[in-house]
Amino acid sequence: MSFPWANQYQPQNGFMKWMDEKLPLPRLVYNAIGAGYPVPRNLNYMWNFGVLAGFCLVLQIVTGVVLAMHYASDASLAFGKIEHIMRDVNWGWLMRYAHANGASFFFLVIYLHIFRGFYYSSYKAPREMIWLLGVVIFLLMMATGFMGYVLPWGQMSFWAAQVITGLFEAIPLVGAPIKTWLLGGFAPDDATLNRFFSLHYLLPFVIVGVVILHVWALHIPGSSNPTGVEVKSESDTVPFHPYYTAKDGFGLGVFMILFTIMVFFLPNALGHPDNYIEANPLSTPAHIVPEWYFWPFYAILRAFTYDFLFVPAKLLGVIAMFGSILIWFILPWLDKSPVRSANYRPTYRMFFWILMVDMAVLFWCGGAPAQEPYVMISQIATAYYFMHFLVIVPFISRSEKTAPLPKSITDAVLGQAGATAKGARA
Amino acid sequence: MADTKGTVTQESFADHGDEGVRRRDFINIAAVSAAGVGGLATLIPLVTQMSPSADVLAESSTEVDVSAIEPGQAIKAVFRKQPLFVKRLTAGEIAAANEVDVAELRDPQTLAERTKLGHEDVLVTMGVCTHLGCVPLGTAEGEVKGEFGGYFCPCHGSHYDTAGRIRKGPAPANLQVPEYEFASDTVIRVG
Amino acid sequence: MIRYISLFLGLAFTAAVLWAFGNGAFVAATQGLGEKTADGVFHAHPHAPEGGFSFEGPVGRFDRQQLQRGYQVYKEVCSACHSLKFVAFRDLAQLGYNEAEIKAEAASWQVPGIDPNTGEATTRAGLPTDHFPSPFPNAVAAAAANNNAVPPDLSLMTKARHEGPAYVYSLISGYGAPDPALRAEFPEFETPTGLYFNKYFATLNLAMAPPLTATGQVSFADGTEATIPQMAADVAAFLAWTAEPTLEQRKQTGVWFLGFMIFVTLLAFLSKKQVWSALHTGRKD
Repeated sequence: MSFPWANQYQPQNGFMKWMDEKLPLPRLVYNAIGAGYPVPRNLNYMWNFGVLAGFCLVLQIVTGVVLAMHYASDASLAFGKIEHIMRDVNWGWLMRYAHANGASFFFLVIYLHIFRGFYYSSYKAPREMIWLLGVVIFLLMMATGFMGYVLPWGQMSFWAAQVITGLFEAIPLVGAPIKTWLLGGFAPDDATLNRFFSLHYLLPFVIVGVVILHVWALHIPGSSNPTGVEVKSESDTVPFHPYYTAKDGFGLGVFMILFTIMVFFLPNALGHPDNYIEANPLSTPAHIVPEWYFWPFYAILRAFTYDFLFVPAKLLGVIAMFGSILIWFILPWLDKSPVRSANYRPTYRMFFWILMVDMAVLFWCGGAPAQEPYVMISQIATAYYFMHFLVIVPFISRSEKTAPLPKSITDAVLGQAGATAKGARA
Repeated sequence: MADTKGTVTQESFADHGDEGVRRRDFINIAAVSAAGVGGLATLIPLVTQMSPSADVLAESSTEVDVSAIEPGQAIKAVFRKQPLFVKRLTAGEIAAANEVDVAELRDPQTLAERTKLGHEDVLVTMGVCTHLGCVPLGTAEGEVKGEFGGYFCPCHGSHYDTAGRIRKGPAPANLQVPEYEFASDTVIRVG
Repeated sequence: MIRYISLFLGLAFTAAVLWAFGNGAFVAATQGLGEKTADGVFHAHPHAPEGGFSFEGPVGRFDRQQLQRGYQVYKEVCSACHSLKFVAFRDLAQLGYNEAEIKAEAASWQVPGIDPNTGEATTRAGLPTDHFPSPFPNAVAAAAANNNAVPPDLSLMTKARHEGPAYVYSLISGYGAPDPALRAEFPEFETPTGLYFNKYFATLNLAMAPPLTATGQVSFADGTEATIPQMAADVAAFLAWTAEPTLEQRKQTGVWFLGFMIFVTLLAFLSKKQVWSALHTGRKD
């Protein structure tokens, strides 16, 4: 769907006309990210992260395919193969550092994209499906990122595989057999590494598929915007090209500057030194942590330190960790406020910022050793996390007082006076 | 072009004065071309990563002891992951190789040009058919040596003579003689 | 309806985690937040030699002379126990040696080989394509010869520790007796036989005997005086190189590419401004 005033695709020459009849791919692009897609004119820079996430996905696939050409998923070879890439393969160090830091940047971008969704309630009708697909993409990314981290077969890789598959042991009755089945053995080894490599190569293409659905679903209602007021007339929109291609181009440049700094000057800053030690099944590092992008959820996992009623602590932690993301799936139906943007919801806005601080605290605790006071702090933060989504959001959305909304996007941008003046001048 | 409600379409956007168009086009063209140059530059690592890596390119040399090879026998050694044929020719084979009119050969070379001075009976060649890279027969006892008593490639029927020169079949050139030297009277160092 | 289900779920999660918090707080209140340990209090932060390393910073480069000295320290001291398995002799070209020197250097090491006639395991002189040999045939032999502590491979050591080059420098030049304050605060702290006190090591007691013991232990080919800090700094620099031989290429490419990206982004910014200018000023015609 598109707005009735969208520019219509017109083939410029005979070849494009022929192409349009046989395979209207140029038309699809024109209507998806070209001049044929009207977009609210008031999007701010928080709307850049969708395109940036797409760029990250392409970056990861390109560098990943290259790395796979030089890698071997054999427990006795994998670590040495990474060093072979770093030392002997032409530009191999660049490919690997770009891939490792690319994963971090991908998650950074996705987190900002998700937080944008929280702030502006982008998940609300009519955009629930976009949100649901987005959560699916995030879960797939987490699985892909985790399995990718195992591939270098360093100490952190090995113990990540051990610990994360150990989560499934918490499932009553079938837990232990499931863990053995996941690993293909009793501890991570060749079988584990091979299947993780296979799935790590597969899942990004599944992500591409879901991204296509995500973007497709986006084009049905069109983009949301910072006011949360739906597009009403032609003056509320501008064509995606050249307006947002130019804006996204600039955003991509800023992204690339930060990415370049990390890849070329601080390539190992986001990694862990222990992963430069070859996996040793007989010795666990003193302080094992996942990659930084899992820290908030790792903190939630570790916050459940005591059995509660009849549920063992280990199972509680696992349920809470998965639950902390799965609850995002019902968010569109929990938040019933008719107003979308937190700009016009002062109460919700306050809780949103508390949530941001709360997630920062969880992040900090997740990276810290499992000792006091970090555990107690993470417990308070975990309590708030669940309260926020399951109690605060559903209930304040009924009772809060909201600020008056602008009549239209154009009004919000140009101001009432501006719009009137324009009308008068015409 | 612009309507009263402040709508901007691409058409209205393009409707500036000449000077404006030029200035705007310049900066946009510059930005897009610079980004294109950057994109092309990133192709360099993506393409060259497929070239042989440093460990593969590293000069490797192989030493082969030729003292145990009896006249008429050949051994298959390995040089840079490829088979290397070392053959000690009999007097008859040397004579047969020298009888040939070099001018009539597809790849004219004398036996002397293909061996080292003082060691004309030791023929060192790559065991890689110059047609499409199969390994010719003729080193081991009992293998087919082809119509010219040297090597025979079974893939597409190339016949090499006792000096490893192409005589019949599709191969374009003689079996390649790698760079090598006699480290001592009995040991050759290849590469 | 969904609100009440979510309310129930939310309160359940909160109750479970606060239950854990209450228990933890009770333990903390009655027993304190866990005892201090000697290594927790007296573990020293590593520091680089005075003036830092030449390869630090965004345009840092290796000092070839220093790498050659560091290699000499590795060869004459460390290699008795530590392997360097990801480094090949051919890589020494980056230290400024020429082809003939590398061939000679490689030949001065014995690497595992196979007797070409009998197929039996034997040793032979190294070739430039060989990697540095391990001083022990396998991990069991290494453990047996070293009081059960396997000397780690050094190829990646400076990347496998926080602030690696500084850590290596501090550790091997930082042996000594414990601080009297440590003795006072933790009277039960001791260094077991076979271990050596080192405040830069995580547990304070290290299985490696002090490797650098005296000035002049190594006679540097370039005439530099081989003091312990000098040898430690040189070998730390050498190990920084073995851990990342592509460091210089990375930084040089980075400077170039970063400059290019800033330029492109500036153009992209101007282009964006140009495209949006009509909208922002409300100028449409």
